[in-house]
Amino acid sequence: MAQDDNNEHNKRTEADAIVFRDAAVARGGRTIWQHGSFSIPAGSVTAIVGTNGTGKTTMMKAELGLLPLTSGSITILGRPAGAANRLIGYVPQSYTSDIDSNLTAEQSVLLGLTGTRFGIHFVTKEQRAKVREAMAFTGIADKARLRLSELSGGLRQRVAIAQALVSDPKLLMLDEPLANLDLASQRSVVHVLARLNQELGMTIQVVAHDLNMLLPILTGAIYLLDGHPHYAAMNQVLDSSLLTHLYGTQVQVITTPQGDMFVTPTADERQDMVPDTHNPAEVAQFHHHAGSHGASDAPKQTGVTR
Amino acid sequence: MTGFAFDPEWMGTLSAPFMTNAFLAGLCIAVAAGVMGYFTIARQSTFAAHALAHIGLPGATGAVLLGLPVSLGLGAFALAGALVIGALGKRASQREIATGTVLAFATGLGLFFARLSSSASQQMQSILFGSILTITTDQIIGFAAFDAILLAVLAVIYRPLLFSSVDEQVAQAKGVPIGAMNVAFMAIMAGVITIAVPAVGTLLIFALVITPAATANVIAGTPLRAMVLASALCLVSIWGGLVLAAMFPAPPSFIIVSLSTLFWALAKGAGALRRR
Repeated sequence: MAQDDNNEHNKRTEADAIVFRDAAVARGGRTIWQHGSFSIPAGSVTAIVGTNGTGKTTMMKAELGLLPLTSGSITILGRPAGAANRLIGYVPQSYTSDIDSNLTAEQSVLLGLTGTRFGIHFVTKEQRAKVREAMAFTGIADKARLRLSELSGGLRQRVAIAQALVSDPKLLMLDEPLANLDLASQRSVVHVLARLNQELGMTIQVVAHDLNMLLPILTGAIYLLDGHPHYAAMNQVLDSSLLTHLYGTQVQVITTPQGDMFVTPTADERQDMVPDTHNPAEVAQFHHHAGSHGASDAPKQTGVTR
Repeated sequence: MTGFAFDPEWMGTLSAPFMTNAFLAGLCIAVAAGVMGYFTIARQSTFAAHALAHIGLPGATGAVLLGLPVSLGLGAFALAGALVIGALGKRASQREIATGTVLAFATGLGLFFARLSSSASQQMQSILFGSILTITTDQIIGFAAFDAILLAVLAVIYRPLLFSSVDEQVAQAKGVPIGAMNVAFMAIMAGVITIAVPAVGTLLIFALVITPAATANVIAGTPLRAMVLASALCLVSIWGGLVLAAMFPAPPSFIIVSLSTLFWALAKGAGALRRR
């Protein structure tokens, strides 16, 4: 893929955007994941993948400094987690919470620029121009005066991305941006992300259940496996046995003659098949190897069972 | 029917001093309720706001029992309730079962206090259903002072409060102190409840604080316009209620709530027609 070459280039010329050093997070006394050690280059597009409850959203919260680490450190854009949030655009998982909101799309995007400011400020011409620019980028310029409650899920997602964009972030973090969207809406959101990465050089991180839509733009993935976060470049993630382990169900990677790749569950599973999965907390106990987590050792771990 | 007749002397009634007080009180209440109603809806905390009035009820009857001003007891209890709900976070103000349970208990406690003294018993009805015609000049000075503080505080925290109301997660990530915003909102809400209860009482307060803001939300597109319109609707409801109550023998609270509900129904109906 030509894109990979571009990102190889970026890797060499720019500093790392996200650095984990033996990071661990617990919630309510339960370890969600630990021994996270990896570096993600600036200018990359990374997916955070893993089954439900493995701590994907938790990882974003930790990167934003909203959840304390129980050990280790996370460095974002060269500063401790939480210290560089001004430079991060965050789009949380939305579900349908904003359905009742009577804010217009424009008002919502504007909050991304002015929402943190105390005191009396009038909206300047420059700020309005910035808002229009961000909305034009995500293709919702003509929806400015419509209320969020009048917009479809896909358009609301693009409003949320515009709101994150408007403050010129270096890093964009999106939590399940494609969930509950139809195919066309998924495609247009992915297209926006691709342009942000390629035209503005933005580093992007996406929590995703389904990798397929994102595959063309991904440069790597953090996969949450056995209570560990691992980072690997894309060619190493797209391995059937790893993905099968990751999703806890039989998965195969298909490459079409055109070079497109798909991750797909196998047609059916035997009823008595036991998926190769672990309780993260339990596995984390017998899984102590805090050293370097090169991507190459990951497939080997799939064999680690009691 | 002894009474539902038009009173030809209504102009004279309107010019009475107690009416002037009622009109001024209505203005103060409308400003506070319209502005805060918008935030209450945006934060999906309407039920918590409603509950605050009921949490204030035992404070009000308890104050009468002790010979203290009603507003003092009401305000103290509403503020205490608001701070507890606020400290628990925005999620807590959306927890309907816990809120409803506390609401019911507080109402019961209010009744218990009222039964302990005859003067509290007498005031019970006006606390539950309001008595805008008995508002004193001292109360109005208090209302006006509260409005001034409310507008000054809101001018400073307007944008972060709005951001945390409509998009709490993003606001938090961007560094808005959402905990402080939540406590500030609930504390101001307790104040709004305290000044609005004398007009329509704890039971009908929803129609005065929330309903005009909901009506304005249907019509106005920006938060600021919605707040101004909500205040205007609230003002028309109260003043219209006072005028009609002077013309016809009906309690002002009833007419105020009826007007507010009527505006809301009309806006909703028109909105539904427009969408078809």
